[in-house]
Amino acid sequence: MMNNIKKQFPLFERHPDLVYLDNAATTQTPHCVSSAMDDYYTSYRANIHRGIYGISEQASAAYENVRTLVADFLGVSDSSQIIFTRGTTESINLVARGYAEKFLKPGDEVLVSALEHHANFVPWYEVCKNTGATLRVIPLLDDLHLDLESYKAMLSEKVKLVCVGAISNVTGTVNDISFIVEQAHKYGAKVLVDGAQAVAHQVCDLQKWDVDFFAFSGHKMYGPTGVGALYGKRELLENMNPLLYGGGMVVRVSEDEITYKDVPTRFEGGTPPIAEVIGLGASIQFLKDFSIDSIIEHERSLTACAHTALQGIEGLTLFHPSGGSGILAFNIEGVHPHDIASIVNNKNIAIRAGHHCAQPLHQHLRVSATARMSIGVYNTKDDIDALVSALDEVKKKFL
Amino acid sequence: MDIYSEIILDHYKHPHNHGRLVGATNTATVYNPICGDAITLDARIDECGRIQEVRFESKGCAISTASMSMLTDIAQGKEKKDLELMKQEDIQGMLGVDLSPSRIKCALLGQEALIRAFEPHI
Repeated sequence: MMNNIKKQFPLFERHPDLVYLDNAATTQTPHCVSSAMDDYYTSYRANIHRGIYGISEQASAAYENVRTLVADFLGVSDSSQIIFTRGTTESINLVARGYAEKFLKPGDEVLVSALEHHANFVPWYEVCKNTGATLRVIPLLDDLHLDLESYKAMLSEKVKLVCVGAISNVTGTVNDISFIVEQAHKYGAKVLVDGAQAVAHQVCDLQKWDVDFFAFSGHKMYGPTGVGALYGKRELLENMNPLLYGGGMVVRVSEDEITYKDVPTRFEGGTPPIAEVIGLGASIQFLKDFSIDSIIEHERSLTACAHTALQGIEGLTLFHPSGGSGILAFNIEGVHPHDIASIVNNKNIAIRAGHHCAQPLHQHLRVSATARMSIGVYNTKDDIDALVSALDEVKKKFL
Repeated sequence: MDIYSEIILDHYKHPHNHGRLVGATNTATVYNPICGDAITLDARIDECGRIQEVRFESKGCAISTASMSMLTDIAQGKEKKDLELMKQEDIQGMLGVDLSPSRIKCALLGQEALIRAFEPHI
């Protein structure tokens, strides 16, 4: 079943020789996702939650149906706890500005991990600056896992929020979310999980994990750009302020009093990205059709192969823990990552070079930048082989 | 076209005017936020606002390092306005290769370092 998967992605028809290994940045779009969006634009385009006429009701139903699909996909029983946003960054900012900033005060602490993407670091830095709360960083062990003993020691009644990624976007480190949540809850701290790199690559069972907030983007799970969602526990969402005020999120407006709609509509002011939400629904259906278990197994075996192959290259430093997800960072001695990416690009191989929006992590790793390959559902062993042989050429050129 | 010409690789592996400058009057550090590159440039600038001597240290790719290295070769006697007048095409011509939009930023970092060195801060 995994063999024919590339055929579902029109981009690979246009670029049959492309070896796309930048899935942590964004994934490609299967035909079913673009056609679901096209279908909305050509058959029932209308604004939602407004019109009495047929196509508007059809659009509203399609939009709300995706809320149920998302909830079901993430193991959430009550779909009103799913808020559509423009992506992970907006989801995290919504919690940071709408929730944390409302409650944090001097003396409180927010914990983030050393692995975080800037999306789950910068908002907390700003919120702490604005409220007088203290931002503390959970350190990293040499094996690229979080130092959970230090984490336990950092927890106290002062900690109000713990913000961690499910999977690192640089090293592919898979964090033990259940453990992190369990420990935080002992002190009454809430936990926000950045699920951007996890939703398409592992089972995310939010109720089992018992997370308080969970943020993700559509475009890293074969869905469209410009859409994502935030999950929050109902009682927390009830106490969160919207980021955007305007139409669609109010019940009654007069000159001296405004009543707001209930959760989640209160947080979706303005016309939302309707087509993109519908596309997100199609991408979830796409993942479910393959079964997330077979995707995990496919990517696990490719990751193991890539880990071994990269580790076998002399002069290459691999930043990827054993058992890590399909995101592997590396450096080659004497060659800047930018040059690695440029040279493999000549062979039609797309990888990323830089700090991957995770500068604090690179400071921990004591490197200014890394090269990164990241696996998606359509990758094959041939793709890994192509990269490994291109890296050989990189070495020949520079050494 | 291969942007990794012999001359670029040679400047990368053996950059000219590399290191810190004893007796520098000015220092600038510039960053490329996309790739995490950083160049620290020390300069000795005379009373007439002309560069007398420069040296640099960098954590950068072959293109940014080679570009900085080549620029240090021609920096002596230059004033701030000379450097500001250098166009993207001039730097590309100096490097002798065609760069894509994402790589041209690497090539321009050295010019930025030289210009920023004129800002009074030490």
